[in-house]
Amino acid sequence: MARHVIDPITRIEGHLRIEIEVENGKVKDAWSSGTLWRGFEVFLKNRDPRDAWIITQRVCGVCTTVHALASVKCVEDAIGIQIPDNARLVRNLIHGAQYVHDHIVHFYHLHALDWVDVVSALSADPKKTSELANSINPNAPDSGPGDFRVVQEKLKKFINSGQLGPFTNGYWGHPAYKLPPEANLMAVAHYLQALALQSRLARMHAIFGAKNPHIQTYVVGGVTSVADLNADSISEFLYILEEGKRFVDNVYLPDVLAVAPFYLDWASIGGGLKNYLSYGMFPGKGGKEPDSLWFPRGVIKDRDLTKVHPVDASKIKEEVTHAWYKYKNNGPLHPSAGETDPWYTGIETGKPDGKYSWLKTPRYDDMPCEVGPLSRMLVNYVSGHKSTVENVNNVLKALGVGPEILFSTLGRTAARAIETKVIADEMGAWMNELIANIKRGDLETFTDYKMPDKASGFGMTEAPRGALGHWIEIKGGKIDNYQLIVPTTWNGSPRDAQGRRSSFEEALIGTPVHDPKQPVEILRTIHSFDPCLACSVHVIDPVTNEVYETRAI
Amino acid sequence: MGTSGSDFSFKTPERRIDALAGIKRRDFLSFCALMSATLGLGPSFIPKIAEAIEKATRRPSVIWLHFAECTGDSEAFIRSTNPSIEELILNILSIDYHETIMAASGEAAEGALQKAMKDNKGKYIAVCEGAIPLGTPPGPNAKKGDYLTIAGKTGLELAKEVCRDAAAIMCVGNCASFGGVQAQYPNPTGAVGVEEATGIPTLKVPGCPHNVVNSVAVVVNFLLLGSLPKTDKLGRPLFAYGKRIHDHCLRRAHFDAGQFVEKFGDAGAKDRWCLYKMGCKGPQTYHNCPTVEYNDGTSWPVKAGHGCIGCSEPKFWDNMAPFYERLPNIKLPGVEASADQIGFTLVGAAAAGAAVHGAYTFLNRKKFDPTLKDKEE
Repeated sequence: MARHVIDPITRIEGHLRIEIEVENGKVKDAWSSGTLWRGFEVFLKNRDPRDAWIITQRVCGVCTTVHALASVKCVEDAIGIQIPDNARLVRNLIHGAQYVHDHIVHFYHLHALDWVDVVSALSADPKKTSELANSINPNAPDSGPGDFRVVQEKLKKFINSGQLGPFTNGYWGHPAYKLPPEANLMAVAHYLQALALQSRLARMHAIFGAKNPHIQTYVVGGVTSVADLNADSISEFLYILEEGKRFVDNVYLPDVLAVAPFYLDWASIGGGLKNYLSYGMFPGKGGKEPDSLWFPRGVIKDRDLTKVHPVDASKIKEEVTHAWYKYKNNGPLHPSAGETDPWYTGIETGKPDGKYSWLKTPRYDDMPCEVGPLSRMLVNYVSGHKSTVENVNNVLKALGVGPEILFSTLGRTAARAIETKVIADEMGAWMNELIANIKRGDLETFTDYKMPDKASGFGMTEAPRGALGHWIEIKGGKIDNYQLIVPTTWNGSPRDAQGRRSSFEEALIGTPVHDPKQPVEILRTIHSFDPCLACSVHVIDPVTNEVYETRAI
Repeated sequence: MGTSGSDFSFKTPERRIDALAGIKRRDFLSFCALMSATLGLGPSFIPKIAEAIEKATRRPSVIWLHFAECTGDSEAFIRSTNPSIEELILNILSIDYHETIMAASGEAAEGALQKAMKDNKGKYIAVCEGAIPLGTPPGPNAKKGDYLTIAGKTGLELAKEVCRDAAAIMCVGNCASFGGVQAQYPNPTGAVGVEEATGIPTLKVPGCPHNVVNSVAVVVNFLLLGSLPKTDKLGRPLFAYGKRIHDHCLRRAHFDAGQFVEKFGDAGAKDRWCLYKMGCKGPQTYHNCPTVEYNDGTSWPVKAGHGCIGCSEPKFWDNMAPFYERLPNIKLPGVEASADQIGFTLVGAAAAGAAVHGAYTFLNRKKFDPTLKDKEE
């Protein structure tokens, strides 16, 4: 049996290595390795708790804003304050904008090239491409024959220059690409449209948040952009949001529906784990969690779509059998009692008990769980979340399939598109609430507080890539311990002591591989999770709080 | 600033492809004007910038490396609007290796890197994002730099290999420039900036993340003059890092008038008064945020009511924190000299532009300095 290594996995955030064992053209086993460690929890110790959100936001510049949110929430929980309604709404708007931006970038710029053969677009007929685009959606923008001819000429000129830039050594012509040339050309045109659009969408963050990536408007207690709660900023935000919504309705969702029929075999590939976890997000008036959350918190076990179980945070545990750490005794351990003792061995995927990743292995109630858009859509769906149910049903109906197709690589990609629409459609309502407050003369954006000498708190929310939790212990007014459990730790971690794989590894089992040197099929499934490795690699050391020896030279 | 944007929602007639570069002429010239203004070159340079870019027969090869980072600088890069990121990718640059956007993975990606280095030896621009961890993790077989490995190489090995044959090295963001977030006390992985790790001088566009207007301006300077812009002694281009935030802040008048925000959300905050007392590090920070702003000129931290955190400065995570405590030793209100001295003392002679490096310093330095090779190894 042959082993193959794909390192680096590109079009993701961070540094990921995947090793696969292939038998009879299918993946028989897989190992997922995070290959960067930065040590956030170590340097958070002794910092001012008010600064934590600024530091932790730098965990990830792709899912920017979400660590900031989880962080201010955990400090506010520790202090025991409620933020003003305007602050809740501005945070919801920034959080929502993150999804509209990030999911579009993921689909077009990180994922599309797994399904779209750029070179094939050169042989498309622009007129037929226009007919195709209009048949899928008569409202599609920039879809005249001339529009597609311009894109094709651009592409031709680019390829003829002999300098292929980011398309160099792509897997063009690979038999796994199934789209006709016209669909490929349409997708390339939308790749470019989305490229221009995403820089516009990011301005939603800048309007109330100073800049994107890495907003600078949150503070423990609320938000700072009180002077921007004016008609100018609000109307600009709404205008850009409207552009985003039009794109989701007229381009993104239709593209997913147009591409899916060519790849229906991927509706039964890449399913992976059977448990789905979501912490929920978007607090409503009063901010009480989980009760007021617009996206509910819950767990689905064993793909049973009749029941959502409540989440009990005390059931989250981590272990390090295959991760580059050592525990003093056997794990798994709850984060609040966790240990950190890094122990680097190099990649040991050849040994049954070998270590091969900087990611620890988290489990919920002793179960491996998938997190991310699919988990959220499933938890929402089963909870009866109205707009989710409606949009999921619309997509299933359009494709003529049942909900079982969701448990797959294709399902994960569709869930992300559905989620983008569900969230984009709701954001206007939050803005209306904000406008109503301002009209009443309520410009309150900050709740004052006194930092306690000793306190502990946690903040749970959802990143685009899945469940995100921050935990803080404050002592002497400073951070005594800070912990993060983040999405790609759930999805991309190594197997556990019982040999049970996490999401990436499990989802790869059975994936067809035409040519291991051209692993486009592997990329499809891995990218369907939207990996974010910078988020996932961290350490926890609440017991000893030791800063272990560093041999920096 | 901020005139161009997406026009995806409008049905357009067949658009003429610009014979020159595929960029609409008007957009192209407005880009040249922006670059000229950002670089402080004046209007007479606009046609020269246009000519330099149009005349290039081969787009300059860019090899973009990711080390210990969060990809925020790549995200900032793809927010470029003037020129748009599409223009940068298709018409201006040849981005031959960039893990976040490239189609190929694994061996095919490695192949693209090797090919770009070979085909453009001594001519490519290396863009570095992220710090280099130099520490050695505990454990068997661990070696220096193992906190980050890419395709089996440590970040340090990769940085040396690629930077060695670059025509110019540009560090985007604070991590590649000075070590960034992971280098803060106690720096558990021994993270440092690329220059410190490799011993090869780099031009730095720090920020957290960098402002893409500034990094694109550096590239344009390179295309136009065949050199990199003048820098301060830290290696930051003077056009972007020559002035303190405090000196061109729109809220400066309130500082001088002694009008301060005392609490977030108070009456002063609603009237955009000075954030000095809320911990603003503008008086210690050299960066052009107040004039260039972010995301197509939409906003910047002080405009959003939050103090500057000093993200363009070395070791700001340690030196500027706590971020909500005010700078010490600045007499208030309105005592000019004292506040000015703070910045001057910190950055010393660089503030006066006395230690300006010639651009050649960063250009294929080995040719000029044969001893450098030994230092690297």
